[in-house]
Amino acid sequence: MTNSIEEIEGMEVIFIIGSNTKETHPVIANRMIKAYRNGAKIIVADPRNVPMTRFADTVLHLKPGTDIALINGIAHVIIKEGLENKSFIEEKTEGFEEWKKLLEEYTPEYVEKITGVSKEDIIKAARLYSSSQKAGLFYTMGITQHTCGTNNVAAVANLVTLTGNIGRESTGVNPLRGQNNVQGASDAACLPNVLPGYQKLDNPDVIAKFEKAWGVSLSTKAGLTATQMIPAALDGKIKALYIMGENPVITDPNTHHTVDSLKKLAFLVVQDIFLTETAKLADVVLPSTCFAEKEGTFSNTARKVQRVRKAVEPPGEARNDLSIIMEMSRRLGYVMDYKSPEDVLIEFGQVWPNLAGITYKRIEKAGLHWPCPDKDHPGTPYLYKAGFPVGKIRFSGITYTPPAEVTDNEYPFILTTGRNLYQYHSGTMSRRVPAIEAHAGEPYVEICAEDGRKLQINNGDILAVTSRRGTIRLKARITSKVTEGTVFIPMHYSEAAANVITNDALDPKTKIPEYKVCAVKIEK
Amino acid sequence: MIKATIDGKDIEVNEGTTILEAARTLGISIPTLCHHPKLTPIGGCRLCIVEIKGLPRPVTSCTTPVTYGMEITTSSPLISDLRKSMLDLILSDHPLDCPACIRGGDCKLQDIAFMYGEKENRFPGERRVYTRVDVNPFISRDMEKCILCGRCVKVCSEVQGVGAIDIAYKGFESKICPPYEKPLDCEFCGQCVSVCPTGALAGKMWIRKDKSRDEKRVDTVCPYCGTGCHITLHIQDNKVIRVTSKEDTWNEGWLCVKGRFGYKFINSPDRLKKPLIKRDGQFQEVSWEEAYDYVAKKLNDIKAEYGAEAIGGLSSARCTNEENYAFQKMIRAAVGTNNVDHCARL
Repeated sequence: MTNSIEEIEGMEVIFIIGSNTKETHPVIANRMIKAYRNGAKIIVADPRNVPMTRFADTVLHLKPGTDIALINGIAHVIIKEGLENKSFIEEKTEGFEEWKKLLEEYTPEYVEKITGVSKEDIIKAARLYSSSQKAGLFYTMGITQHTCGTNNVAAVANLVTLTGNIGRESTGVNPLRGQNNVQGASDAACLPNVLPGYQKLDNPDVIAKFEKAWGVSLSTKAGLTATQMIPAALDGKIKALYIMGENPVITDPNTHHTVDSLKKLAFLVVQDIFLTETAKLADVVLPSTCFAEKEGTFSNTARKVQRVRKAVEPPGEARNDLSIIMEMSRRLGYVMDYKSPEDVLIEFGQVWPNLAGITYKRIEKAGLHWPCPDKDHPGTPYLYKAGFPVGKIRFSGITYTPPAEVTDNEYPFILTTGRNLYQYHSGTMSRRVPAIEAHAGEPYVEICAEDGRKLQINNGDILAVTSRRGTIRLKARITSKVTEGTVFIPMHYSEAAANVITNDALDPKTKIPEYKVCAVKIEK
Repeated sequence: MIKATIDGKDIEVNEGTTILEAARTLGISIPTLCHHPKLTPIGGCRLCIVEIKGLPRPVTSCTTPVTYGMEITTSSPLISDLRKSMLDLILSDHPLDCPACIRGGDCKLQDIAFMYGEKENRFPGERRVYTRVDVNPFISRDMEKCILCGRCVKVCSEVQGVGAIDIAYKGFESKICPPYEKPLDCEFCGQCVSVCPTGALAGKMWIRKDKSRDEKRVDTVCPYCGTGCHITLHIQDNKVIRVTSKEDTWNEGWLCVKGRFGYKFINSPDRLKKPLIKRDGQFQEVSWEEAYDYVAKKLNDIKAEYGAEAIGGLSSARCTNEENYAFQKMIRAAVGTNNVDHCARL
């Protein structure tokens, strides 16, 4: 997020695209509702009737995978009506004229044909988003989990740049991150192409700095992403995997392929708090600690570093992950000697100035937003106040491309997947909460009443949902939450795992799978 | 700025400031049951009444803005009598099973009754009798303890934007319930439970717990989505028995169903307790020493035979910054490859 969550209540316009905020980030939705009660106007673009549409001034029900067409269409209208932020474009951007030419074909009529959103609504959204001094744009996996995910994000960035809606309080672009510390895991460079703090492997100065700090020579060759390691295991290029606190059997696309790949490994270590579906395939399982059993920090979606504290002792002989990593590293030939978790954070701040000012003492009561470069720095709730690190922002020429898999006579429905309010991700934690299981313990497929009538399906019927990769059987839930031709399955349930049937086609750049669109058929 | 006096003390406040807010800035305490700083005031409980010079009868301080030159008195024999009468009326229809109540010792009504020395009730008579009907696994409603303050209705509508409940019927028949008195069917965020001043609303999973004197409380961060709400874990006998969130946190004390009610995985009997090595297709419990040795040997052998690039590590968005930093450092510095990632894409 370029803004902090607290700033949401000051926004005048909130544009939510591809985020079911009320179910996946409920307390952020509370802040949006606070803004709404202060008079903010809300635009929701989503293929589904997600709960935030209740508060929306404008709802854009686009067909899954047509985000670029919709965003370019909105940009087209803004330019046509002269609503763009001319001084911002003049001073802070480049490539506007070329990009403008590319947008010419995205007339509301043309975009209506691709997206299914009426041209009136496209025009309304364009006027609303461009007319505000304090507009926040929010997106989640509905934008990124596509084979055109990188382009979707670039299209969003174009729209934000066109209107200059960035770099001010309560004004910015806010990807909401789905997991408690996905921001921190990324900052710490559990990523194959960068070192901590997004410092590039191909920069010799960066390599020299880390080699000096760590006292070891480092590989400069970019590694494989998670979604590349799994196929590489099947090809025999990856022989061993060390998995800490992840459950790819449930969370990766095309489950059968994932299981085959993990079985092909010569050696699999899983360090986790439960014997997950992935841990069952392991050669060695190491029992570790959950958040309530250790000291440390999490960084939330708004870059706020907050303190995590030990409240209970771990069960049995379970050990905290940091001590396991240190011991394992020593036996693999590299000694790490941290006396406490804070030592690690201090080192992290030494190699990445954005964290240099953060100590446990400073975040005792409340967290700090990075960048926080020194001990007196108050943190940075919103980014780009003083301009952009790249200098000028370049408009990128993004055109609409259809999803990797489209519907046909055999597979006539679009399947889109995600989370529901009650369960969480692969369910390792939430499915072990008896109350949550009692209330939301069963897999289901959401289908609209129209499609239900056509296929003579009643609420609660068991359906077979089949894609080119497999079949799962689960209960029908007739609902107005989905629109005609689209069905939704939550990802949490291993007994009918949505990822058995999702498409493992990846975005060419970021290697993110296309979870939001694949073609399926439905049978009773 | 508006100048006024409260109990003879001068005060200057912004326009729109209520008498209650103004009094609190002076450190003057006025009893309230229905007022909540994050919700719009309704003046329902009538306990916050004050006298204003020149007005014929007392007014509720939570709904009355300070105006220029107001002379306000927050306590007097008359006010005290009226408050006691209100309190008597509330208590006349409230079960006095405080020793067995989940909120005993942590109840606003009890606090105020204590303050006014309530012992005997002047208003014996009919009481509301309700049977408990909740089928949901999260929230229990003990409607006989409901004092109709309306905080739950307000929080559900204003903060959560759901409006699952409202005040139905009139007078003595008034009750707070879902439409048509159907079972509660909502987002189960538990915001209503967190603002309920009495024992009317409670989390089902913490009933008959959370009353021990040796209960420990630890402030930390929710382990679910990326919002990062501040939570407080309540601990008894090394078990998390309840989760709450403080009003002065950035998330204002609001949580969702997972954050508030989704903590039982921590003490789940399924937790892994010993290292396991699979031999002949079966997991066997081993010592840490054996597990470390086994893993290190295997990884070192694979590295020697196929090179570091044949090894990959998947770290966790569930783990801390410190663990993630150490994990990638192990893969890069000890194994010698950049094959390290986590589930950001999934």
